Parts: sequence; structure tokens; C-alpha cells
Amino acid sequence: MIEELFTFVFWSNVLRIAVPYVLSALGGAITERAGLIDLALEAKLLFGAFTAAAVGHATGSAYAGVAGGMVAGALVAAAQTFFALRMGADQVIIGVAFNLIALAGTRFMLQLFYNVGSNSPPSPGFGDALVTNPIFWIAIVASILVPLALVHARWGLRLRAAGDRPDSLVAVGVSPTRARVAAALVGGALTGAGGAQLSLSVDGFVADMSGGRGYIALAMIILAGWRPAWAALACLGVAFANAISIELQISGSAIPRELAPLLPYVLTVVVLAIWGGSGKPPRALGKL
Amino acid sequence: MIWRPSASTTRELQAALIALLATIAVGSALMLIYGVAPAGVWLAMLDEITRDPYSLGQMLYKATGLVLCGLSVALALDAGLFNIGAEGQMTAGVLTCAVFGAALPADTPSFIAVPLCLVAAAAGGAAVGALIGVLRAKRNAHEVITSIMLNVIVAGVVLWIGNAVLFRGGTTRGGQIVDGAKLPELGLAGSAANWSIAIAIVMVLLLAWLRSRTTWGQAWRAVGRDPEAARSVGISVGRVQILVMTGAGALAGLAAANFVMGHKHAFEEGLGRNTGFIGISVALLGRTNPIGVAFAAIALGTLSAGGLAVGDKVPKELTEMLQGVVVLAVAISSVWVHRRSIASERPLVGKVT
Repeated sequence: MIEELFTFVFWSNVLRIAVPYVLSALGGAITERAGLIDLALEAKLLFGAFTAAAVGHATGSAYAGVAGGMVAGALVAAAQTFFALRMGADQVIIGVAFNLIALAGTRFMLQLFYNVGSNSPPSPGFGDALVTNPIFWIAIVASILVPLALVHARWGLRLRAAGDRPDSLVAVGVSPTRARVAAALVGGALTGAGGAQLSLSVDGFVADMSGGRGYIALAMIILAGWRPAWAALACLGVAFANAISIELQISGSAIPRELAPLLPYVLTVVVLAIWGGSGKPPRALGKL
Repeated sequence: MIWRPSASTTRELQAALIALLATIAVGSALMLIYGVAPAGVWLAMLDEITRDPYSLGQMLYKATGLVLCGLSVALALDAGLFNIGAEGQMTAGVLTCAVFGAALPADTPSFIAVPLCLVAAAAGGAAVGALIGVLRAKRNAHEVITSIMLNVIVAGVVLWIGNAVLFRGGTTRGGQIVDGAKLPELGLAGSAANWSIAIAIVMVLLLAWLRSRTTWGQAWRAVGRDPEAARSVGISVGRVQILVMTGAGALAGLAAANFVMGHKHAFEEGLGRNTGFIGISVALLGRTNPIGVAFAAIALGTLSAGGLAVGDKVPKELTEMLQGVVVLAVAISSVWVHRRSIASERPLVGKVT
């Protein structure tokens, strides 16, 4: 078991597992820093995964699948901003509603398009590859660019102002709502790319394949005090725990096979129990 | 005396009705996309429930579980906490209720066995709920996150306990509970409806009374409206949060009475699955009012049982989607109704209130 941890395969596994977590955490961090509560990460992952597989299957191109996943994520974000910012509905409830709809909705679409219950028809994908997987590179580039943009780019500064002091944006003639919508669309596209990784790494969509990753990513965002670089790093930790639990399952250790997959979830609760919500949320988070 | 609803009750009723109509509209649109005529499906659904005693019984069986899980979510929401962990709390209750019921001496009389099993069910759920409450009150960990994590953890641990010690001879079913702990069926054409519906009704009335007539209810609703204001009048917000989550967990755990004591009489894998999640829709559609929750449970129980009954016309995924759509619809309609009422409000000068 211990020697497994030093193999190239193990660490490339960690990175591969980390991709959807990291992309959801970055996408969620952008959205939340702009002041919009982003509980709909799970929905963006699911619709992103489904659309990526469906577009990949239809066009025969995995790259088109990635684009489809990102568009789907952005569309979910657009709907979310419409209900939350335009209609003024409760942002937490909107998020949970979206996740419920995505869970049943992706299965409904499996029925509607393919007449199957849980697995989409095969789509070209990237398998276990990392270097030739564009989503991996999107995650790497986003991990560097998002934290930098929040500090240095005009777009990032406006976004943070929308989340912390929306009235200051109004004072200089910029609409906080527009900044929030822009942030949510970019964040949604990133999370959608994370969803594409889920389905394109196993060559097809499987019902409920997000498995709570969006919620875990949000927990990591909160844990990292809404700082995207730290959130991405925390997600690497989750991926490490995930990879360990897979090793535990295949190495036939004493830990029961029902309990090994729980490791990332238990870790999240323990980490929240120790550090809790000690970080400071954006001041105008969830307010209109 | 004629019952006159207060302005706020009227508002909540309007919001719930608009949401229900919007959900039916979305459902009809989805049916059209799927290529079936909506009117036929809705009528077939209602026809099943109203004419066939078996379908009516199945609807009541679903509604009983939904009332208890819905009350669980509603109680927490009243105190400003979003308990999406009812699913895990219910599952924990199913396990403790079934294990306890099977461990009792075989000749335990029902006046002892039934209350003990109910306490076991409530305690299982309450333990999970209390953990969420403590993490929220003491560590400021968001209850939505911890709830989701605990849903997965409870499901895994319960499955492990089932496989390791409970399941008999290659099945996914544990040992029978003792005869004294079984609740009789209502006798609706062999359907699963049983007397745990009385427990659900008692809980609705108890919670309605607590909520509107006692200082406890005032305290948790004050925390829900504005925690800072509640703190300033001397309410211990943390304590209310922990107690409310414990109570919410106990209510969700009590749903085990319906599944274990009333129907399956043993622990089974996946027993009552998704009832906790649909409970979210029930609580929101019921506008967190216990009486409203009871009606919402019947509406969504009809959708759930009716959705299965018309499974040959539309896939069950469609009706499952509507359980999410109704949450979205309520979130929007309640804001809309509230805004309209503010816009139409006149100053109170000269009015006797």
C-alpha cells in the first residue's frame, strides 16, 4: 500500500481526479466572490457532463464535447442569475432546486434522447490521459489565471467589488448585476468543463456521476476563505483522499469496501469541524 | 365562526397555488416534448388515485413518509436552517428502528414495543441532526454542506452495517422486528398504507401548536427571521439551532415508523430512499406551515404514486424532475407574491388591527 503512493500512476490519478473538483472550486469561487451564492455547482457538473457526452457522441469529436460542456455550464449559470438576480429568489433554495432538477433532468434526457435508463451511448473521450487532455490544461491555466485576475485585472477587481461593496461600483457607474452575471457565466463555463471531464474520461455519461463533487468543492471554497488558489489546493487534497480510497478498495485492505469511498466526505466534515467557517465570506454574498 | 385567513396566510396560500400551477405547466410542457398528451396523463394520474383503493393507499403511504420528512425540513427552515440532510436522518432512523425492533424479546407487548421503536427511530435521526446543528452553532459550518456530506456518509455506513451484520443469506434484508412492534395496515386493498399515518397527523398538530402557541415556537421563528435581533432579546441562537436540528432529525427519523414498523417490518437496503429529498419540496410548497406541509405531502405523494401509476405513458424521471421544479417555482412565486403585497399595502392610519 505505502509503495503505491510513490508511483507515477498514483500521482497522475490524483491529478486526473482533481480536475473536476478544481474546476468547480474555481468556477464557484469566481461566482461567490461576485456576491452570488453558488450552490448549483452540482447542477453545472451534471449538465456539463451530459452535454459533453451527448455532443461528443453526435459529432464524434471529444473537443466539441468539451465546448458543449462549457456552454451547458454557462447556460445553467445564466438561468441561475436570472432567477436569483432578476427575480430575486432565495439563492440557496435556487441552488438546491437546480441540483434536484439536474439529477432527474439528466436522467430524463437519457430517456428522451437515447431511451436508456442510466448510461449514455459511448462518446469519444480522453480516458486516463493527462497531457493530451485539454480539460487538464484548462484546469492548470485557470488555477493560475483566476487568482491573478481577481487581484490584477480590471474585470477581477470589478467582480470583487460587486461581491464586497456593490454600492461602490454603482458610484463609479458600473452595474454590479452585470459584473455578477459575467462572473457567473465564466464560473459556469469552468464548472461545465469540470463536468465534461467526468463523462469524457470514462467515454460516456452515467446518471448521478457528479456524486456530490460540487458540494465538496463549495466546502473547499468556504474552507479556503473564498480564495481560489487555496480552494484549488484544498481540492488537490480531496483528490488525494479519493485516490487513496481507490487504492484501499483495489488492494483488498482491511477497510470495508463500503467505507473506503467515504474518505473524502468524512475528511470534508472533519475539516469543517476543525476550522469551520472561519474565513470571511464576501460581504454582499447572497444580497441583492 | 367562519375561518378567516390572515393576510400572511393568504399570501402563503397564493404562493403555493401559483407554484403548483407553474409546476403542472412545466410538467405538461415536458410531456409534450416527450410526445404524449399532457391532459391524458394528468387525468389518468388523478383517476388512479381517486378510483383505485390500492393506488390511494400507496399515495397515503408515500404521503406519510413525506409529511414527517417535510416537517423536518420545515422546522429547520423556520429557524433559518436549510436541512437538506433529512434523507440521511431518515436512513439512520430506519436502521436504529429496525435493529431495535428485531432485538426486542419476541413476546414484547405492543404497548411497550411500539413506543420503544418510535423512540429508537427518532433517536437515530436526532443523532445525525444534532451533529449538523452542533457543527453549525459551534463551528459555523454551513448546514447545507455538512448535511450533504452526512447523507453520503450515513448511506455508506448503513450499507456497511447491513452487509456486515444484518443482511440474511445473500439478501439485502435484515431480521424481522417483533410482532408487537408492527403497526397494522389500513386495509386499503393490500396497499402499504398503515397506522403510522396517525403518528404523522399527531406530529403535524403538535408542531402547529408549538409553532404558533408557545414561546419555543416564537424563539425558533425569531432566530429564523433575524438571528441578530433574536440574540439581542436574549435568545441563545446557538442553542436554538442545535435543538431545532435535533428535533428536525427526530422527525425525519420517525418516518421509519411508516417504512419499517408499518410496511416492511425489517431493515432493507434503500428503504424509503429519496423521501428525505422530496421532503425539501414538501416543506417549501407547504410554506413551512405544518398544516401546509400536510397538504403539500398529499400533493407530492399524488405526483409520486401517480407518476408510477402512469409509468407506461411517461418515464418516472419526468415526475421526479417536477419535484425539483416545484422548489424553484415556490422560491420564485413567494418573492413575487410578497412584492405585490408590499406594493398594494396602504398605510395603517385609522385601521384597527
